Amino acid sequence: MKTYTYTEKKDTRSGFGAGLAELGRTNPNVVALCADLIGSLKMEKFIEENPERFFQIGIAEANMMGIAAGLTIGGKIPFTGTFANFSTGRVYDQIRQSIAYSDKNVKICASHAGLTLGEDGATHQILEDIGLMKMLPGMTVINTCDYNQTKAATIAIAAHHGPVYLRFGRPVVPIFTPEDQKFEIGKAVMLTEGTDVTIVATGHLVWEALEASKVLFEKGISAEVINIHTIKPLDEEAILKSVAKTGCVVTAEEHNYLGGLGESVARVLALNNPTPQEFVATNDTFGESGTPAQLMNKYGLNSAAIVEKSLSVIKRK
Amino acid sequence: MTNKELKLKSVLLRKNILKYIYKAKAGHTGGSLSCLDILNVLYNRVLNVDPNDFKNLNRDRYIQSKGHCVEALFVTLADRGFFPESDLETLCQYQSHYIGHPTKKVNGVEQNTGALGHGLPICVGEAIAAKLDNKTHRVFTLLGDGELPEGSNWEAFLAASHYKLDNLYAILDYNKQQITGNNSEVMNTDSVRQKLESFGWAVKEVDGHNLEALEEALNSGPLEVGKPSFIIAHTIKGKGVSYMEGNIKWHHGVPTPEQYELALSELNQVESSL
Repeated sequence: MKTYTYTEKKDTRSGFGAGLAELGRTNPNVVALCADLIGSLKMEKFIEENPERFFQIGIAEANMMGIAAGLTIGGKIPFTGTFANFSTGRVYDQIRQSIAYSDKNVKICASHAGLTLGEDGATHQILEDIGLMKMLPGMTVINTCDYNQTKAATIAIAAHHGPVYLRFGRPVVPIFTPEDQKFEIGKAVMLTEGTDVTIVATGHLVWEALEASKVLFEKGISAEVINIHTIKPLDEEAILKSVAKTGCVVTAEEHNYLGGLGESVARVLALNNPTPQEFVATNDTFGESGTPAQLMNKYGLNSAAIVEKSLSVIKRK
Repeated sequence: MTNKELKLKSVLLRKNILKYIYKAKAGHTGGSLSCLDILNVLYNRVLNVDPNDFKNLNRDRYIQSKGHCVEALFVTLADRGFFPESDLETLCQYQSHYIGHPTKKVNGVEQNTGALGHGLPICVGEAIAAKLDNKTHRVFTLLGDGELPEGSNWEAFLAASHYKLDNLYAILDYNKQQITGNNSEVMNTDSVRQKLESFGWAVKEVDGHNLEALEEALNSGPLEVGKPSFIIAHTIKGKGVSYMEGNIKWHHGVPTPEQYELALSELNQVESSL
């Protein structure tokens, strides 16, 4: 079994900051906007190097989305930065009408997604954002797993025409994907090949899926772990190819099971190859305060939960 | 075009608004008649836009935030040559591009609008982009007074002033009425001038049916260098048809055949008196 190790942990939001800084040096059309969370989004480097291409909007997220839409009309590529909650639910109508329906080339970059925001609690821990964004026609939805992938995705979305929702987070997580990776929107990444169960994971849960596969291996179970960084458009072919081999699937995400990756995968399977599936996701709930590890444990979003669901789903084959 | 011809055009375009709303059996009659003179002046005296080269990056920008009054926009664009007027025969019909709110599928429409409170933030973005690229084109939006309570407008009022966007012009179609009744009863928007001045905008009030006054307000450069311009155009909902003027039931009203004939005869009288 292919195994992964890491030498360093970092927050995925820093990957965004590094990617944005690189875009500042390489693409003169890239502009950035922020609703008073520069430090939280790690946007300092871009701002330091390109002060004329940064626009502080203040705590007025609806206005930020509208201004971003307007900036595209002259050919700019705006990257908006705020927390995932304020990037989506707060401004849904602005994104729906002024960005998605109007096919505006805006990159909505959202940090502090999910429970791993931690101590600030439920108001800031959005677990519905993937659903909100994937329902919008024409919206690309990406949830990256580590620093390197987030940096690569940030750079890649500038070259893609159309609205993109890029979701990342606050906690430090292992860096296990290559620094020089080529990020292909809509293309799943096969991490470990296996024959007994497919684990399709996104975001912070990808590392947990790899940890789970090690535990499963020790139990004599061969798990195939797929990193689905792009939830929309979904790499249906990769999923179908894998379940044709394994016959069951566990999806894992830091999001409500309603509207998340799991439902997208279930649809693909229902249409093409009905397959037993288990969901590692939050169970239609709001969050609460705690450390990321405490919360991921309480809400069943870790390697132990993935192992448990894998054992269950295999029995349903 | 002489001033007299411009006035005649206002009458003609009002007749066209009624013609196509009557045919479609749908539309925002009162508001479209209210803002028509503003659109006539914009498209025939103010905006640097070319129907045959609409995507030119140096064009002036116009975004109609009060998207529901799309009929006024469509008849003005058709008259200006952006598309054949006969296209409007399909207004609001199945599979028509000419739907009940502005859409970019129609040549000359800058931005999809409809949900209110969206136009101004987009214009702030366009005005920032123009400044960033050292472009000299101007950015205009038309706001309805009924949409003023949308918080996004006030966010944008702040930002436009913060970024000193003197290439931005917001025109308020101030007919003082909205779907439920008078603004003052639905949500009081009195003292708009003082509110906007305190937000750092330069403000001018004009008679929104006086074409020369509108042209002067919109064409003489920013009202004040370094500030966005806010033009309060005092208008009358349903302007030009006596029984519609100031009568809230014409917000979304469609005339009966008799009412349609009466409206046309009134407008014909105005036309022949010019």
